[in-house]
Amino acid sequence: MCLGIPGQITKIWTDAASDLPMARVDFGGVGKEVCLSLEPDAQVGDYVLVHVGFAISRIDEEEAQQTLALLAQMGELAEELGETT
Amino acid sequence: MTTINLTNFVCPLPLRRYPQIVMGHGSGGQMMNELIEHLFAPVFAGAGQPVPLSDAAVLELPDILANGSRLAFSADSFVVSPAIFPGGDIGSLAVHGTVNDLAMMGAQPLYLSASFILEEGLSLETLGQIVQSMAAAAQIAGVRIVTGDTKVVERGHGDGLYINTNGVGILPPGINPTPGRVTPGDVLLVNGPLGDHGIAIMSLRAGLQFETQIVSDSAPLNGLAAEMLKACPDLHAMRDLTRGGLAAAANELARDANVGLEIEETAVPVQLAVAGACEMLGLDPLHVANEGKLLAIVPAGSAEVVLAAMHNHPLGQQAALIGRVTETHPGVVVGRTAIGGQRVIDLPAGELLPRIC
Amino acid sequence: MKYLDEYRDAPVVRNVLAEIKRTVTRPWTLMEVCGGQTHSIIRHGLDQLLPEQIELVHGPGCPVCVTPLELIDKALVLAARPDVIFTSYGDMLRVPGTFVYAKTGTQANDLFSVKSQGGDVRIVYSPLDALKIARENPYKTVVFFAVGFETTAPANGMAVQQAAREGLDNFCVLVSHVTVPPAITAIMEAPETRVNGFLAAGHVCTIMGVGEYRPLAEKYRIPIVVTGFEPLDLAYGILNVVKQLEAGAYEVENAYARTAPNQGNLAAQKVINEVFEACDRAWRGIGVIPQSGYRLREKYVKFDAERRFPDVGAMQSIESDICRSGEVLQGLLKPDQCPAFGKQCTPLTPLGATMVSSEGACAAYYKYGRIQD
Repeated sequence: MCLGIPGQITKIWTDAASDLPMARVDFGGVGKEVCLSLEPDAQVGDYVLVHVGFAISRIDEEEAQQTLALLAQMGELAEELGETT
Repeated sequence: MTTINLTNFVCPLPLRRYPQIVMGHGSGGQMMNELIEHLFAPVFAGAGQPVPLSDAAVLELPDILANGSRLAFSADSFVVSPAIFPGGDIGSLAVHGTVNDLAMMGAQPLYLSASFILEEGLSLETLGQIVQSMAAAAQIAGVRIVTGDTKVVERGHGDGLYINTNGVGILPPGINPTPGRVTPGDVLLVNGPLGDHGIAIMSLRAGLQFETQIVSDSAPLNGLAAEMLKACPDLHAMRDLTRGGLAAAANELARDANVGLEIEETAVPVQLAVAGACEMLGLDPLHVANEGKLLAIVPAGSAEVVLAAMHNHPLGQQAALIGRVTETHPGVVVGRTAIGGQRVIDLPAGELLPRIC
Repeated sequence: MKYLDEYRDAPVVRNVLAEIKRTVTRPWTLMEVCGGQTHSIIRHGLDQLLPEQIELVHGPGCPVCVTPLELIDKALVLAARPDVIFTSYGDMLRVPGTFVYAKTGTQANDLFSVKSQGGDVRIVYSPLDALKIARENPYKTVVFFAVGFETTAPANGMAVQQAAREGLDNFCVLVSHVTVPPAITAIMEAPETRVNGFLAAGHVCTIMGVGEYRPLAEKYRIPIVVTGFEPLDLAYGILNVVKQLEAGAYEVENAYARTAPNQGNLAAQKVINEVFEACDRAWRGIGVIPQSGYRLREKYVKFDAERRFPDVGAMQSIESDICRSGEVLQGLLKPDQCPAFGKQCTPLTPLGATMVSSEGACAAYYKYGRIQD
């Protein structure tokens, strides 16, 4: 239902017309203006999930690494058990 | 009674003082002649092009009937908005589009016509810039713009300007790339990363604006196509990947040749920023337009020589083999996804729309 | 791109698929609630890589698919008004309605056709773009089609708050917000339901957190796993549901914690609570699901397009009785079991929104069916 794409904040400012906190978020070299009012504590360098021009979540790097490590390990375990993956 | 002194009379109606197009420029009268003489003619002459003044051009086609060559003839209209975009403009695009249509048939493009539909209010400076770019593009592509036409429509009836070009080229004997020759086992080649033109245009569109270094890939493909045909005269089919992107061209070929096409998605070159923009907007890069990319279908045995020829050409340095022709699923283009799954690569349904879901 | 590429990494996805294969011992039917997940599953061909015992049923989590005909027709009528600039996410422009111009009798089946007949219809990427259009066009009424699930509600709600703050009285919203938990209830209450476990929509939970799902898992004794959108996320979510099913468990698990914290986004929830209140809402093809939607609170009612244009507010539309998309969305019917599928109803001549949306279950089946022919 909801396209949300992770990108990295490269700049933060307050929009003059609306007085809303805004950020430039980089998606693989493409920059888009995004509203930060739902993630007001986000900082430059943070990865945020962007949906319809709003940052709606800050990505938890540690959590991401843990899950990835767990999933990568799954294959190693299987190999140890002599299974083909 | 006052005496009128007419000695220093100057008519207050200026002839060429308008900084923008007015209806009179399309009247067929003096203003139109001035437009041709002062804007079109010097630009074309400056780029070493003939000045397309006559209503019809007489074409020199040496030896055409003697050696069994054939004429190829193509038409295309250009309505891009905005008219000037990163990497090109509607003028260069109008040359490349028709040149590429001819080149994809295996023809060597020679002559173009150029017709302009100008909207009242278009600045002459913009028009000048576009005509200049058109003349330069023709020069680089090695074609001559030999005839043309200009019409003006009222403000609000056109998007600045539209350009129509027609092109004539020569198809040498023995060269005949056509979908009918596509056979299972053939391989699919593209000449470089996809989607640049569409993303460059979209980055400027109202409501979508985003920052990107991506520029349009608009380019004449006749030189590259000629090198490919030299390497493999038996090349089975070629398509330029314009609107609808690779997906549209591949689907047309699959349907016309009644074969299946299988595309290895990880092999398809796409620039990181184009991929990023597509993720952001929810688009499929295979649906996004190009203006300097082609899909070639060649016998598997010739893949290497054709790829080598492409890699040697400036417009084919990132050429890649992206898939093959299959007997199974005729008429359908199937993508092998990065994780080893399959999906149908369909035609885009209509205009590409950014989605939220 | 970081946080996307790692989750499309073929060897790791294969690891998880292999683990699913090792875990599953009998047939299970899983529903991915969210249309974005359906899209991703089809886009990456994940469904074909799963063991045969696992059947994925595509759920009703696509705002394009579930927005009732009546609201589409209201949108078409508003968009046709000369005093209105109608703004919408790109998704909604092709959804078929049944609007007929009173004066000429010409049909306008979707927002694209209204635009072609002179309606000022503009695609926006963000609701803030619609506000910008309102600021720039003070003599027109700018209507924004506020569709979406909980993920989109805070952004749309923010736009309303911001319009109130700026006194942008020429801005209003046509609200068609729906929420996931009541839909899960409706699916589980259907006597014929086949669903054994749910992949909950990761981005909805990004906003709402996981709390709402615990009573559902408990009541219907079904595992609910919060799942992301990339192939690896989906495979991991499926693995977790299957593990629970095989063990007879029915818990709420979060397999997308990097993006969806258990408590959700509190600032976003605050916006939703301040701007919207729960209401009964009709879902296209399914019917009214109690308390499954949002409407504007009384405080913001002057931004409600249905109130501002009372004739539009009073409109009623009747849905096609041939289209059985409602049953498809509930997982009761496979798209190709519908008598109209591929005949009266194709992606170019869709009867229901499940055929319109690129991620709609019917459109997905139509495409995939073509490989097997």
